[in-house]
Amino acid sequence: MSRYIARRLALAVMVVLLVTVVTFVLLHLLPGGPARGVLGLKATAEQIAAFNAEQGLDQPLPVQYWRYLSRLLTGDLGRSYSLNSEVGALLMERLPKTLLLTASSTLLAVAVALPLGVLQAVRRGNALDHLATGLAFALYATPVFFLSLILIIVFAQLVPLFPAQAAQGDDLAALLSQPGSLVLPVLAGAGATVAALSRFMRSAVLDNLTEDYVRTARAKGTPEREILWRHVWPNSLTSVVAMLGYYIPGIFGGSLVVESMFNYPGVGLLFWTSARNADFPVLLGVVLVVGVAVVVGALLADLAQLLLDPRVRIPARRARAGATR
Amino acid sequence: MTEASPFLSGAPEVGEAPPASTVLARFRADRLAVTSAAVLAITLLACFLGPLIYHTDQVHTDLSTARLSPRAGHPLGTDDLGYDTLGRLLAGGRTSLVIGVLAGLIATAIGAVWGALAGYVGGWADTVLMRVVDTGVAIPALFLLLVAATLVTPSVAVLALLIGAVSWLVPARLMRAETVTLRERDYVRAIAAIGAGRLRVVFRHIIPNAIGTLLVNTTFQIAHAILLVSYVSFLGLGVPAPTTDWGAMLSKGLTFAYDGAWWLILPPGLAIVLVVCAVNFVGDGLRDAFAVRGRR
Repeated sequence: MSRYIARRLALAVMVVLLVTVVTFVLLHLLPGGPARGVLGLKATAEQIAAFNAEQGLDQPLPVQYWRYLSRLLTGDLGRSYSLNSEVGALLMERLPKTLLLTASSTLLAVAVALPLGVLQAVRRGNALDHLATGLAFALYATPVFFLSLILIIVFAQLVPLFPAQAAQGDDLAALLSQPGSLVLPVLAGAGATVAALSRFMRSAVLDNLTEDYVRTARAKGTPEREILWRHVWPNSLTSVVAMLGYYIPGIFGGSLVVESMFNYPGVGLLFWTSARNADFPVLLGVVLVVGVAVVVGALLADLAQLLLDPRVRIPARRARAGATR
Repeated sequence: MTEASPFLSGAPEVGEAPPASTVLARFRADRLAVTSAAVLAITLLACFLGPLIYHTDQVHTDLSTARLSPRAGHPLGTDDLGYDTLGRLLAGGRTSLVIGVLAGLIATAIGAVWGALAGYVGGWADTVLMRVVDTGVAIPALFLLLVAATLVTPSVAVLALLIGAVSWLVPARLMRAETVTLRERDYVRAIAAIGAGRLRVVFRHIIPNAIGTLLVNTTFQIAHAILLVSYVSFLGLGVPAPTTDWGAMLSKGLTFAYDGAWWLILPPGLAIVLVVCAVNFVGDGLRDAFAVRGRR
């Protein structure tokens, strides 16, 4: 088991390093290169050349990459050219707000989707199952911005229950002081995840219900309720937890849209405004931080599965689990 | 959002591809898939041939007819620049569908070659190629697309290429899993034993034998790409005006929608939902018809 964890950690570190390679390459893809990224879009060719010599940007690429990496390790992500602030500081201020949004949406999605999936599997073919299936497919095909728009029009305009904008402020406390303003963003963020997770849970439960251990339990006279919650539920849960790792990039991608729709002051909104201002240091800083967050999230999902599912710890199973990643 | 398809599970079952007639018969028995295919056919006809019958000016603005509610002559009303919404829906649909289909094909093609090479060559090449895929998965496609859209001016072709270039990761994983199984087949080993090069085995034998899986995956990729292009356009970094697409229409209609102009947002929004649903259902039908895994 410790070997599996070590391998999994090494993998995560490798992927994080590759993410830094991606941002490094993107930085060099800028017309004018990283100098442009620091001096801004109006810098002259002479200024760029002087900057390159001064910063060692005329050195071989591997040397430059090493320096870039060392800077990252000290938390230096560069400076935004439109917001006159360090990228690191901007991210530190906004990341907690995005994590609040994504974590709340994910929790809500899990809390709704898992019981719904079980109910659908148990009552498969009835009206509820058909309705939930139809809704899941529709939600899965609905762009987050369209869902947000409908939520705003229905619950902020037609029936003004919640504000259409997130609370503004410098820290988390400001957001939390108006919990009502979080309702619509969280709902919008949860929509697609509910759709996908409930489908997945439904089929996981259906698969498990056909397993031999269920037949054995039934033969022993175990009540159906106990079979469902003591045996099928935990077994289905482990595969869904593993899937959660795959959703994390999508959840972050969704938060980019949700934040821009509700003017939610997180990393996604920062990214969107920076994209419109071509503010590269911020864009690459966000890509890096989101990439790392996704890797860490996937790692946590895998470790959670390890805790929940003893089968992953058995060597034969380990080889198979490795082969599908 | 549909990032890495959450519906992948484990290694796919690899079988000989069933004959085309069987696939067709199974598909035709699937009512939902056939209905969806019909919906798609009608949408395609409407978007590509409709403007030949329903003439509207989608180039010149006309403020005298701006923001009209639905009425005779403008069945879906007009937008803030006086464009007829129904005409715009058809024109925008063309852009969304062309980009979606092209991007889906590009993504599947890249993924197929990448995954097949990783799975067939194995060893270090496999490790390196698949870690690159892990890295791509770690950075949400939308973020990369927005960075790219600030570097280049997106045209239809450029946007299709960009979306294809950020969404080939799922097909690559799928194809690798398929290849690992195909590699051990007797006929593949026999071909390799008589001296066929790796590239020949991959391109002439592995990829053609995974065609069912690839075809099914292409449909899901197209659905994904149609959504992605709507996101990029909605966020204001899509193809420049006067060309439009469904995402851009929604983005433009946003402010007026809050003032009650529902006809500016419901048609493009529902069009996206309907088409993406239909493509997904066709994909599900094809998957069942080919009896391959890929999503459930």
